[in-house]
Amino acid sequence: MYLTDEQQAIANGEKGETMARVMKTLIMYGETFGADKMVPVTSQYNHLVTSFGLKMMGPVFDLMQQLIDAGAVSQQEFSVDPRPMDPKVPANLLQKFIFRNFMYSKQADYENQLKQLGLMNEDAFTCACYFDQVGNIPKKGDYLSWAESSAVVYANSVLGARCNRNSGIMDIMGSIAGFVPHFGLLTDAGRKATWIVKVTCKEKPEAQLLGSAIGMKVMEEVPFVTGMSRFLGTQLNEENKAYLKDFGAATASNGAVGLYHIENLTPEAKELGASLVAPGAKVYVIDDAELERVKQSYPVVWKDPNAKPKLCFVGCPHLSLEQLVDWTKNLKQGLAESGRKKVLIPTVFTTAPGVKQEFEKTPYARQLRETGVILSCICPLMYMNNPLAGKMPVITCSNKLRTYSTARFYSEDEILHILTKGGKG
Amino acid sequence: MREFQGRVIAPGTVTAPALVSHGGLNTLASFQKALQFGDKKATCGDQNNPDLYNKPMKGKALCLPQTIGSTTGGMVLYCACAMNRQPACMLFSKPIDSLAAAGSILASVWLDGINMPVIDSLGEEFLAFVKDGMTITVGADGRVIVE
Repeated sequence: MYLTDEQQAIANGEKGETMARVMKTLIMYGETFGADKMVPVTSQYNHLVTSFGLKMMGPVFDLMQQLIDAGAVSQQEFSVDPRPMDPKVPANLLQKFIFRNFMYSKQADYENQLKQLGLMNEDAFTCACYFDQVGNIPKKGDYLSWAESSAVVYANSVLGARCNRNSGIMDIMGSIAGFVPHFGLLTDAGRKATWIVKVTCKEKPEAQLLGSAIGMKVMEEVPFVTGMSRFLGTQLNEENKAYLKDFGAATASNGAVGLYHIENLTPEAKELGASLVAPGAKVYVIDDAELERVKQSYPVVWKDPNAKPKLCFVGCPHLSLEQLVDWTKNLKQGLAESGRKKVLIPTVFTTAPGVKQEFEKTPYARQLRETGVILSCICPLMYMNNPLAGKMPVITCSNKLRTYSTARFYSEDEILHILTKGGKG
Repeated sequence: MREFQGRVIAPGTVTAPALVSHGGLNTLASFQKALQFGDKKATCGDQNNPDLYNKPMKGKALCLPQTIGSTTGGMVLYCACAMNRQPACMLFSKPIDSLAAAGSILASVWLDGINMPVIDSLGEEFLAFVKDGMTITVGADGRVIVE
């Protein structure tokens, strides 16, 4: 890999041993994937995946402290994934004890490290940092050093930025050095689609189910999705952005997709069309039966598969302002139809702090409170990441949360039915 | 006995029993409970991986196509190495993915004394041939002997 004199000097230790290790990490990372050079990180902000002061992550905190002590801090400010705890989210006494004193006992210390390393602000804790209300929105063509699978796939696909699926820790290495190795999704060749996915469903597919099917099939490859114009049109409006946010999160968590193209909709697909498809691309046809097959394939890992749900999470990734309003309207209507005032299961909606603040200014905030739903900025995955939650029958319409926890997946319509009318959807 | 040739990502030599995942290894889902709750055997917690679920991963020659899922993956692998709960080696049939590579590189650069050879590009035949419990020997040049 070609290195500039400046990059070589850093690697040789001219800026100290720690910076030399940072550069060595990036060089090895690049060489593993055949990078030809380093390119400057051009986005205004970075985004980190590691937001949680999990006790098990002692080795990460030690490494972060090593960076801080050496003055090797981020050259960019950054947002970071959601906090793992919120006292408003239902938890029994034992859970609260375990969260505070055992699992996330390092949360305050770690947040202090994040501030020293370059955290944007106190509200910069969300997986959906690209929301207008958060303000970490890279431009088309920007080179990023982000992590968080759902944010990376969104930045690449919907915003047209260029970012590899970097791991936690590797994300901040690029930001500290100011360079990232040029390979994979940073290159034109790496952004070509090696799968054509033909969607032939009769009705608009559930975003998180369609994304799951595609992720499981194409794994880390790039899909070019056709047949969606009937449902999404050709404009990236707020509704479509929210759909693609959820779709992408499922492709990235159920597989390892870092970039997708939607024919006639996403920026590069609009600009380059079918020329984005690599020669010899494989084909995957998705109809309603295929989506149902995928949904039925999800294992139910509850101790009692027939248990009554005790908690419902909606908002992984975090809900947009428009999604919050839509859910509120739908809940209100569903409850009116069943003659009820409150949802039948303790329910938590999750969103970014900036979105929550905007939502609180609307009349829908009061309406949502009246349904009994709790609005939080927590990370549902981090909440579920303990053995007590593992035994709890939790339902969700997030395929990401389903993948990483014992939560059971239902479609959005099914969740709405369960919350407002009972039964199993 | 069969011999396969791969590319060395992290050097080292080791002999260990095989543990095979035919689907992608979801690193976060597989390791998180083990690391969080003191499971020194690193029992796989990924309910979606029928090949590995509930099987100990520490000390095994982990044979897999690639890793998938959350971008915490590399960091989780780094923590597994720092806490001495890592597999004996990781053997990829496909070219390594960016998350597994990050974990392996971070462990190599930032941790002292970690020996977890990582070999990739061993081919689909490797994954078709190897079975749980077979003895794997990894050579420094990327040769993998399965018997």
